Amino acid sequence: MTRSVTLVVDPTACRAHGLCAEMLPDVIRLDEWGYPILGPEPVAAGRERDVRAAVRACPTLALRLRRTDPSC
Amino acid sequence: MTTTAPDLRRDGVCAPRLLAGWFATGAPADRAAHAARYGPLPVADLRHRAGRAELTETVARAGLRGRGGGGFPTARKLIAVAAARGRPVVVANGCEGDPAGLKDRVLLEIAPHLVIDGIVLAAAAVRARDAVLCLGEGGLQVARIAGALAERSGTDPIDVRVTEVPHRYVASEESALARFLTRGDARPTMTPPRPAQRGVHGRPTLVDNVETLAHLALIARYGAEWYRGCGTAAAPGTTLVTIRGAVWKPGVYEVEYGMSLESVLDEAGGPAAPAGAVLVGGLGGAWLAPPFADVAFTPEDLRAAGAVGGGVAALAVLPRRACGVAETARVVRYLAAESARQCGPCMFGLPALADDMTDLAVGRGGPATLARLRQRLDVVPGRGACAHPDGAVAIVSSALRVFADDVERHVAGAPCSSAGLRPWLPVPGVGG
Amino acid sequence: MAFVNQALWFASRSSGQVSLLLLTLVAVLGALHTGRAATRRWPRFAVHTLHHNLAVLAVAFVAVHVAAAIIDPYAGIRWADAVVPFASTYQPFWTGLGAAAADLLLALVVSSMMRLRLPWRLWRALHFAAYVLWPVALVHGLGIGGADASLGWVRTIDAGCALAVAAAVVVRMRARHQDTEARRVEVGLR
Repeated sequence: MTRSVTLVVDPTACRAHGLCAEMLPDVIRLDEWGYPILGPEPVAAGRERDVRAAVRACPTLALRLRRTDPSC
Repeated sequence: MTTTAPDLRRDGVCAPRLLAGWFATGAPADRAAHAARYGPLPVADLRHRAGRAELTETVARAGLRGRGGGGFPTARKLIAVAAARGRPVVVANGCEGDPAGLKDRVLLEIAPHLVIDGIVLAAAAVRARDAVLCLGEGGLQVARIAGALAERSGTDPIDVRVTEVPHRYVASEESALARFLTRGDARPTMTPPRPAQRGVHGRPTLVDNVETLAHLALIARYGAEWYRGCGTAAAPGTTLVTIRGAVWKPGVYEVEYGMSLESVLDEAGGPAAPAGAVLVGGLGGAWLAPPFADVAFTPEDLRAAGAVGGGVAALAVLPRRACGVAETARVVRYLAAESARQCGPCMFGLPALADDMTDLAVGRGGPATLARLRQRLDVVPGRGACAHPDGAVAIVSSALRVFADDVERHVAGAPCSSAGLRPWLPVPGVGG
Repeated sequence: MAFVNQALWFASRSSGQVSLLLLTLVAVLGALHTGRAATRRWPRFAVHTLHHNLAVLAVAFVAVHVAAAIIDPYAGIRWADAVVPFASTYQPFWTGLGAAAADLLLALVVSSMMRLRLPWRLWRALHFAAYVLWPVALVHGLGIGGADASLGWVRTIDAGCALAVAAAVVVRMRARHQDTEARRVEVGLR
């Protein structure tokens, strides 16, 4: 059972820079004011590298990875 | 430990509990009256672990849930705070940030010693040596509480400190209070961690509504079975509720859970005009359409009926001739102005919702406005640090459903039939 | 040996000039990125990546510049003089400015490597050191360059760098975004 991670955003830190949506267009979309909309699903296998790059690129470190319990 | 419990029922209906003193004497209870009615504060046993466990156990059996709108089981919070690392602190929330509510202020005014009893008991249960009672800045209750504390000076095992909090909507949220007491910043924080784990100065913080603590003070004296003597199995006990709007006798009442919503409104004399809808849960709550006889007044039943917003502590009746669209637009405009401005979807989403609702209300919005509004209602909720934007979404969503006919007329461009009528809801700056 | 020494001297001078050019580019990109600048061909993450990669390159060139200056026996600059300002016997003031710039660069590098582990606001405050680093590096170059700094083409490059950074800072100061404006509104909660 692999441990999975989910993408979350700290809404108090997000300043709508939008790099996350540029780097992960299939995972993150922006609302009409420029803030990211994330789904609740864990990060798909194979995307972890791209996701970590996006987390590092966020200018305010608002984008984070949270460990989720493996679903059994 | 139980002292002799008062009668559960009088003339077939559940007897008042928190408001018993008020109904008996018509005056706020001073220390002597409080002691005569309720006996001594049962705090001695709480010096020992067995006593603390017993009280928590009793509260759990009683099924007491928070009266601040969250409805969280009180015993679970007590256990969480007692088990967390650090010196606990108790914060009693008497701020009542939602303008539709008056019940906390009324309780503090007429039964301050019940509240203080609850604070002291809760502090003893979690072994806290610090307790703070938070009140809205400049309120009348500040003097009343100061007087009540002076009457008890030195007789309680801990000292209760009073702090005044800016009178803003989000300031009375649990994490906002914790941050305010830590740094003077009354804006909600991102959770987790919740205040029960890390709150004031990083310490485990028990934040409870003042009414919850008052119930706890009675449970500690009379026990769980007595508490469960009124209400339903799933929603035991009584609760204070603020009833306003188009009713004959607006005010604060104590009702038993499980009564029909209609009979709750009848406590306040019933609707003064044919009712169009009732706003359940304050300005961040949701609209319910009549008939009200079929809806039971419990958190679960109200939620199932569509009142998905805040807690059940405030009801506002809107007459049928008033315009729910216009009233809702005013409320959302107010909620937008009360945003803490920490999170984008709230900072921008709520004014956008307010703009759309206002456009609809004045007949300026067509089908495109309605479509855009619905899309925004999907995008805004759940993306803030606190539930403030969710409340705005709840009142708008429910308005579109409950006032569907009015919405259709507005979308078609028909002028509002109730233009010029005074507002009904107690939105600050607008009247009511 | 004289040939090697002369090569080291030229390496030190030229890598210094290139370092300044690179640091200028990095500063310009950094300022523009903070001002949310982007085009269709250069979206935000491209500006971010370019800024980061050029910064790594700049650090490499600064390292070469410092190493060459130390290894070259002509000026007698010791390893310690590269990080302890104003301790050198050779042109202590101008070399000292270089050491100060190196210290600032070190702070920037270390804090950026630890960026994910620092609170964002702390990292940001530390990163403002870049706006001190750049002018110190420029003045260090002008001063320690001596005769070389008065060469026509050197003056042109240095002036161009100064103009570029000034322009970028102006663009940055004039940038407006609704998120920043909205957060400034007084909410009466503090």
